[in-house]
Amino acid sequence: MRYLPLTPEDRKVMLGAVGAGSIDALFVDVPRSAVLDGPVDLPGFAGELEVERELGALAARNVAAGSVPFFCGAGAYRHHVPATVDHVIQRSEFLTSYTPYQPEIAQGTLQVLFEFQTQVAALTGMEIANASLYDGSTAAGEAVMMASRVTRRGKAVLSGGVHPQYVQTIETLAHAAGVATERLAAAIDAEDAVIAAIDADTACVVVQTPNVFGTATDVSKIAAAAQAAGALLIVVTTEAVSFGMLKSPGEMGADIAVAEGQSIGNALNFGGPYVGLFACKEKLVRQAPGRLCGETVDADGRRGFVLTLSTREQHIRRDKATSNICTNSGLCALAFTIHMSLLGEVGLRKLAALNHQQAVKTKIALASVPGVEVLTPRFFNEFAVRLPKPAAEVVEALAKRGVIAGVPYSRLDPEAGLDDVLLVCATETVTDGDIETFKTQLAEVLG
Amino acid sequence: MSMNSVGRPTTPQADTATGGFASLTGAKGLVQDEALIFEMGGWNKTGVDLPDASIHADDLGDLVRTAPIGLPGLSEPETMRHYVRLSQKNHAIDLALYPLGSCTMKHNPRLNEKMARLAGFADIHPLQPQSTVPGALELMDRLAHWLKTLTGMPAVALTPKAGAHGELCGILSIKAAHEAKGDTARKVVLVPTSAHGTNPATAAFVGYSVREIAQTEDGRVDLADLEAKLGPDVAAIMVTNPNTCGLFERDIVEIARLTHAAGAYFYCDGANFNAIVGRVRPGDLGVDAMHINLHKTFSTPHGGGGPGAGPVVLSEALAAYAPTPWLVHGPDGLTLQEDAIGEAAGAFGRMSAFHGQMGMYVRAYAYMRSHGSDGLRQVAEDAVLNANYVKARLSDLMTPAFPEGPCMHEALFDDAWLEGTGVTTLDFAKAMIDEGFHPMTMYFPLVVHGAMLIEPTETESKQELDRFIGALRALAEAAKAGDADRFKGAPHLAPMRRLDETLAARKPRLRWKPEAPASLAAE
Repeated sequence: MRYLPLTPEDRKVMLGAVGAGSIDALFVDVPRSAVLDGPVDLPGFAGELEVERELGALAARNVAAGSVPFFCGAGAYRHHVPATVDHVIQRSEFLTSYTPYQPEIAQGTLQVLFEFQTQVAALTGMEIANASLYDGSTAAGEAVMMASRVTRRGKAVLSGGVHPQYVQTIETLAHAAGVATERLAAAIDAEDAVIAAIDADTACVVVQTPNVFGTATDVSKIAAAAQAAGALLIVVTTEAVSFGMLKSPGEMGADIAVAEGQSIGNALNFGGPYVGLFACKEKLVRQAPGRLCGETVDADGRRGFVLTLSTREQHIRRDKATSNICTNSGLCALAFTIHMSLLGEVGLRKLAALNHQQAVKTKIALASVPGVEVLTPRFFNEFAVRLPKPAAEVVEALAKRGVIAGVPYSRLDPEAGLDDVLLVCATETVTDGDIETFKTQLAEVLG
Repeated sequence: MSMNSVGRPTTPQADTATGGFASLTGAKGLVQDEALIFEMGGWNKTGVDLPDASIHADDLGDLVRTAPIGLPGLSEPETMRHYVRLSQKNHAIDLALYPLGSCTMKHNPRLNEKMARLAGFADIHPLQPQSTVPGALELMDRLAHWLKTLTGMPAVALTPKAGAHGELCGILSIKAAHEAKGDTARKVVLVPTSAHGTNPATAAFVGYSVREIAQTEDGRVDLADLEAKLGPDVAAIMVTNPNTCGLFERDIVEIARLTHAAGAYFYCDGANFNAIVGRVRPGDLGVDAMHINLHKTFSTPHGGGGPGAGPVVLSEALAAYAPTPWLVHGPDGLTLQEDAIGEAAGAFGRMSAFHGQMGMYVRAYAYMRSHGSDGLRQVAEDAVLNANYVKARLSDLMTPAFPEGPCMHEALFDDAWLEGTGVTTLDFAKAMIDEGFHPMTMYFPLVVHGAMLIEPTETESKQELDRFIGALRALAEAAKAGDADRFKGAPHLAPMRRLDETLAARKPRLRWKPEAPASLAAE
């Protein structure tokens, strides 16, 4: 077996050194009833070629986004990632290292995390950011739990524009911990409606911009209303490229900003692994979840970086920890950091402008199709349209014609009664030809 | 000297043996003193060529971001050099044995990376029509089949994104099962004193109070104490097996029986599954839920701290409560049931958006297929043999915490052998860095004084093990010979010397900021 270096002779010599007659003697503590006498009922070992064949065949049965006109967003976005990114993250020293608990031999990872935290704080317009969480949805769940600890209150108000799977993730965590949630009805342009739901027991309000329907909102008024009532404002963003065009959560008064960072540096990967961005006001840092990297000096007085404020964390505080989290999304955060360093502010703003441009072109094209109504008033790179037929049916019909048209809202929220709503996204990877094909095929399917 | 809660010093001590040589630029040979991108990047520079947009965001009005964001850019060659230089300050499995106990730092095959990057896996969207991703669903189903077969469990929830996330998933399944029976009086989770910190943190996070169970002299769960603490208020027990002392819980079947007799469920922390994969099925031991760290046993890369993946296998009693999405075999083949309806009506909720860590599923499956059932069994055997070999070869110089009987995949030593040398576990570990090895896990488990937990894994050759053992023996002899200076200032040869953790925590600087004007800095 190619991954196992010990030879039969090695094993014999080593068993001798250990003083064991056989390998079975080392498993003597296993109850006799639970010992398997031979391999379990699964295929035997396979060479590289065979594994490549099997997985290659499975992969070939999927329609890759890059092979067709492609318009899905709703929390995951197809962007072009420079070749440099994927090369660097596969360097052994990044790929095959552990959490940087020994800072003397992990400054590479630690300095990257410090750069990442600074970039995320700048993008979100917040004072500080952590070293990343699993993804945007779990970051939103952690933010709600944190708000409940900070305010010592037991209710979270969620706008009707928050991604329904984010809502489910938040509810799962909050309800288990005894935090109530009030989710407002799905609404394309009504983030402000959360204001009326704030009461004396409200720990936080959660709003999303751009929201799941693509609507961008100035949440300043919500921030003021929440804070006047002693609650925190949590702003969720699923498309990190939008930070290059839209006012940041921090500029609009957010207490906590969480986002999905996949768009920068990371592939679609069928939903994971992704990278959760988590940023907040500095005064809240000791209640924050997840790892934090901080600056310090070494014994020679040289600047270096370490994981810090770990007295919040499970390996020190155990049942008193702020979260049970014990990893970040390290390699995805590295990809994010490298891609963001390549872009810089100039590149990010250009990239955002291209996304907006392709989405506007797509909107104009679809609006010209009879029976299609554009619902989203202000958007970045995705918007909702109402179709004269159930959106799921239209998407299936277009998939058969080689166009992946977007996400039916009903797939995310079947109970909302919005079966005719389609979520459409266009990034810089969508060409003008793709848009034309989409329009033509949609007209045929609807006609 | 500052100490943290486990007695580990957090501030470097005064240096007693620097060797005296320093370069003029701060470089250490080929390892450069590398600035932050914020100190080297240009505010108008970029490393990507993008066209200018011809349509402008006039429709967005006041929502447009006009203030500077504060993100420097680098050209492509500068970017490459910056991050390659940083990489060279890291230790890695590909450089040397990485004996972090409880972390299973094994070889990461590059075939897995190649497979995960196939466009049919990497370039598919979680919400594109299910009819366009049958191969992805099939891969998830095959992975699920392997995990269920290897553990002897009937169900698996694939979506948890890490071990601790898997623990959360398992405990939420248990909570849902109790609630479904109308049993809401159970408010306690039992956890051994030797447990990973994530166990009590997970239980507390979802509202349980944690009660500790004592450990016996020989490093196992104290059955009498367990029996005394089980009762109608106990929801679950969380036990790691093999445990954090690197030992198999001999009485595990009895632990499961007692737990079930008290109406509670048995959560097994599967962090150490590598020691028994292919030889023992947790399902045969009475386990109700167990997470599997794909980044440990099944070799998806640790990536400097993530991303991981923590699927949870579930017993018949808990399977109905697994979170959405569910993979369902129907008349039209495999589908993902994304909502808690139909077969998935009992689901306790959702762990995250979408369907979990697909990129990790592909890597783990490629790893399993490469090994096969025979190879995986050999994995466990070699991992256990390697650990016992290290223990046997070091036991005359160092003190094993549990000398009697074999260990599993980890060799655990205490610091009794360092008494009187003036060298601590931390000093010893830092001196390993000068010899080219990553330190072992230190001061964990908490039940062993000055613990040193060594997990070599099965992917080390005998030659590398002998090199490692030779280095540790030389260091142990140096410590006993009174060469304390070697240890107090260690590491001497790493990219950095010991870092001041106390300073970092006292005045947290968590992001780069432009240098403050002198008048402000003086405050």
